[in-house]
Amino acid sequence: MRAMTPATDPPQRRLNPLGTLVLHFRPRRVAEKTLRFTLTWGLGGMAAVLVTFQLFTGILLKFAYGPVPTQAYDSLVRLQEGFLFGQLVRNIHFWSANLLVVVVCLHGLRVFFSGGFHPPRRLNWVVGLSLFILVLASNLTGYLLPWDQLAYWATTICVGMLEYIPLIGSRLQRIVLGGPQIGPATLRNFFAMHTAVFPALIVMLMAFHFWRVRKAGGLVIPRSPAEEPDDKPPALVPTHPDLLLREAAVALATIAGVLLLSLLYDAPMGQPANPGLSPNPTKAPWYFAGIQELLMHFHPSFAWLIAAALTFGTFYLPYLDYREAPAGVWFASTTGRRTALVAALAAAAVTPLAVVLDEYAVDFSAMMPGWPQAFSLGVVPMALFIAVVVGLYILMARKFRASRLESVQATFVFLAAGWVILTITCVLFRGQDMKLRWPF
Amino acid sequence: MEPSKTMKPKGKEPHQTPAQVSRRCFLNILWTALGLGALAEFLWLAFSFLRPAEPGGESQANAIVPVGPLASFEPGTVTAFQKGEFYLVRLDDGGLIALSCRCTHLGCTVPWVEKEKKFLCPCHASAFDITGNVINSPAARALDTFPLSIENNIVKVDTGRRIKRSGFNPEQLVYPPKI
Ligand code: FES
Repeated sequence: MRAMTPATDPPQRRLNPLGTLVLHFRPRRVAEKTLRFTLTWGLGGMAAVLVTFQLFTGILLKFAYGPVPTQAYDSLVRLQEGFLFGQLVRNIHFWSANLLVVVVCLHGLRVFFSGGFHPPRRLNWVVGLSLFILVLASNLTGYLLPWDQLAYWATTICVGMLEYIPLIGSRLQRIVLGGPQIGPATLRNFFAMHTAVFPALIVMLMAFHFWRVRKAGGLVIPRSPAEEPDDKPPALVPTHPDLLLREAAVALATIAGVLLLSLLYDAPMGQPANPGLSPNPTKAPWYFAGIQELLMHFHPSFAWLIAAALTFGTFYLPYLDYREAPAGVWFASTTGRRTALVAALAAAAVTPLAVVLDEYAVDFSAMMPGWPQAFSLGVVPMALFIAVVVGLYILMARKFRASRLESVQATFVFLAAGWVILTITCVLFRGQDMKLRWPF
Repeated sequence: MEPSKTMKPKGKEPHQTPAQVSRRCFLNILWTALGLGALAEFLWLAFSFLRPAEPGGESQANAIVPVGPLASFEPGTVTAFQKGEFYLVRLDDGGLIALSCRCTHLGCTVPWVEKEKKFLCPCHASAFDITGNVINSPAARALDTFPLSIENNIVKVDTGRRIKRSGFNPEQLVYPPKI
């Protein structure tokens, strides 16, 4: 790319200092086709804007917050009532945090489905996923800080789930809690992680993430399944203004959206935390509701095994041995589109069915009296789960003549859609006593 | 720019003798090893800094709380101690046991429901009987207990030592000494 710059360089534009700084992260020219909004949907840019929002509002909040159990709640009440724009700042922080999880998730899906994880972008997939995990960790550690009933008990649940991780669970739980249960030490730990460790890691990894994009020669070039990949160098346009203007538009729209949400809806604030009184029901924050729902159906250690296997598999996706690497084609190919749709529909049918059956009809531990629960609620449902996934994979390969890439993609779609459905089930469809209910 | 065809392949500079190369190699390894050693030290330092203090020493002694005279716990009653987060249970036969009030499922606080004679967890509907045994999942273990002793007719509970158990058995009960 650098080799051809001299011949096609546009007349030098005058740039303000800020512009030159921004350009420092960028090549001077980018491929025209990658500017299409329907390639990126502006998701990566949105995520970056939201992180920036978080850093700034986070710093402001830090001046108002008292990170000890006796002060935390009151300091937030004071912030909301006594500070000019105090409530607004907290709302922005709250909404950006939640949106960030959604946006980063969608960004990851976009990259996956447009083939942005094939070489030379494999490492950046791993970096991106790590960022996602850091975002989740930031959200969780931030959830406790208001020290209200919601915060206290949701965190109790999440930390309670840690105990079931095989082998290291109880020790990990002790380290996270800083003692036998949630208390001042826990708040101290969470505060330190939330305001120092995670933000620092996120900023560093983000810089690396951006650099890898540039190193890979920009984004994938979108094309339709029928098109052959172009060997010719792509048509280029100057980064400034073509790309920067588009990015500014996305950034402004994001900012406007977050502000609007924050003006309309206040961040939740319940009663002060009361360790003696658990609300009914108590749910994990929505981004961990999937695990909680899984825990309702599987022996806890096996639920963790599944969650760990899925996480590892997602990290490993780019390193599987695919024969083709159709970067830039949505869902890899025409077959890929069909199989992905079938998988999504299958998940939409199978997951709710499994949840309802397990809730009302099938009770493995009663069907197998005398067997340990680890077998009846662990091994047996786990085997069923694996059978379904493997069955789907084989079906894809046989019936649809899907290549390995297409089958893997279909499996991913199936699991991801299943996960979304589990999350929705726990958030919306579980009421008193965590029993299934109709939410509307 | 045309790639120049006369460019030499990358390699050792010609005046370098094998001895120099291996010395450099050795020094590189040495530096790397020292660097890794230093890193390990810092990690160890950070880790020991962050490790939660083990319960022990003074906190251990303070954790034994006198909860009241034996006579104030009638047989067949459950008394809550919010501060210590446990229940003092006296069974009908006079046996005593101190039950933790944390649900063994995910750690919610379980209230005693006198009407149903059960501990009912509000979070995900686990239920425990008066001895702490599970009557309703998702909880898998009976409620934890704390060591209990009776001295001079005063009941004492050691809230610093939580005992995990899978189920209730009569040996866990403490009976007042016969007079
Ligand atoms: S914490 Fe008691 S049932 Fe889940």
